[in-house]
Amino acid sequence: MTWVAPAGGITAVLGPNGAGKTTAIECAVGLQRPDGGTVRVLGTDPWLSSAEHRARVGVMLQSGGLPNGTKPLRLLAHLASLYAVPADISPLASRLGIDAFSGTTVRRLSGGQKQRLALAAALIGRPEVLFLDEPTAGLDPHGRLDVYDLLREVAADGTTVVVTTHSFEEAQALATHLVVISAGRAVATGSPAEVVGDRTLESVYFDLTRKERA
Amino acid sequence: MSAPATARTRVLSQARFELGTLLANGEQLLVSLILPLGALIGLAYTTAPSLGDGRRIDLAVPGVLALCVISAAFTAQAIATGFDRRYAVLRLLGTTPLGRDGLLWGKALATLAVEVLQWLVIGGVGLALGWQPALSGLPIALVFLVAGTWAFVALALLLAGLLRAEGVLAIANLVWVLLLVLGGVIVPRVAMSGTLASVAGVLPSAALADGLRAAFEAGVFDGLALLILLAWGIVATLVAARTFRWSD
Repeated sequence: MTWVAPAGGITAVLGPNGAGKTTAIECAVGLQRPDGGTVRVLGTDPWLSSAEHRARVGVMLQSGGLPNGTKPLRLLAHLASLYAVPADISPLASRLGIDAFSGTTVRRLSGGQKQRLALAAALIGRPEVLFLDEPTAGLDPHGRLDVYDLLREVAADGTTVVVTTHSFEEAQALATHLVVISAGRAVATGSPAEVVGDRTLESVYFDLTRKERA
Repeated sequence: MSAPATARTRVLSQARFELGTLLANGEQLLVSLILPLGALIGLAYTTAPSLGDGRRIDLAVPGVLALCVISAAFTAQAIATGFDRRYAVLRLLGTTPLGRDGLLWGKALATLAVEVLQWLVIGGVGLALGWQPALSGLPIALVFLVAGTWAFVALALLLAGLLRAEGVLAIANLVWVLLLVLGGVIVPRVAMSGTLASVAGVLPSAALADGLRAAFEAGVFDGLALLILLAWGIVATLVAARTFRWSD
């Protein structure tokens, strides 16, 4: 699997379930050691990387990773304390609508509320690179638009963003770079214009990923 | 460029965070404080079971202090870590500047802080009930506190890193009860029947409790008990380092 996420852009990684999207993200954030090959993030090998490197990389896992027994703002304040110059909590929290459920324990949050909190957790350290594994899964349409706006803004500030998604709409709305993964291989990479041409993303995607399944 | 807070700040912050979560958790508070307190008061106002020769309260308090360490370092820590692992909290924190080392140090510090609180409460109630500790034994007791914490946190991580969260919950509570009844904690080995006493003799629970009783009763340093505790600490750490899985 070979692909590159250009600095300062938003890279959308598409692919069927089991294609290797989450594995690729986990290798990029140092949670898994690749069986072979090389991974570099900001020029650094993410496996067993230093605190300095980890401070530059924001992560939102598909499995969440939020401690159950705490409340949203307490968690964000704690995570912020791990960074030298974190983002301001209250504008970020209000931007993601977290103030509406700030009094609720994480255990009792809905799926969409947890997604918003996990995204805030990924952004709290003002990362230079942001890895988001299906950030809008479970969000309502308004929530998705909020996340799109926020990610565009973060990218405009110079942050490199990598998102995995199953949504063609999301990829088209956000991506400056596309990666299509199928059965553990990158089967298409490039700008949306290069990958899609004069067809639709949907038809290109099914052509690329059906071949592998057949 | 985004930079991490200093390592010291990160670890202290994690310890504070864990401590706050533990103290806000009713079940943890029950196992860590209410049950040991109940055991102490129960022992103070009864004559059975026999705790051996000596003033009953002087034998009871060190045993309950050992029980506190087992609650905080083993049962509470195993359950918390088991569920943090289930909900990917360990993995997410591993990607922050805190990292895995910072997480372990944070947990160790939070556990020691809980134990200090437990010891202040139990020690205070014990003194009110007539406990007369040998003050010269206090430094020895602190050595046993640290060694016991190490051994039991390592055992907690060994358990929490292997089984699913529900299994950890069940076994951590079961082990707590078994050690309480048969582990030479509250009822000293010398007051137990032959076979049980010799089994308990190699357990970390009895080693910790015997070490604390010797320290607080007469200011005596029980070297064999410390060796047994350290052996458990070393073995559990080595095994946990090999078997611990960060994801569920």
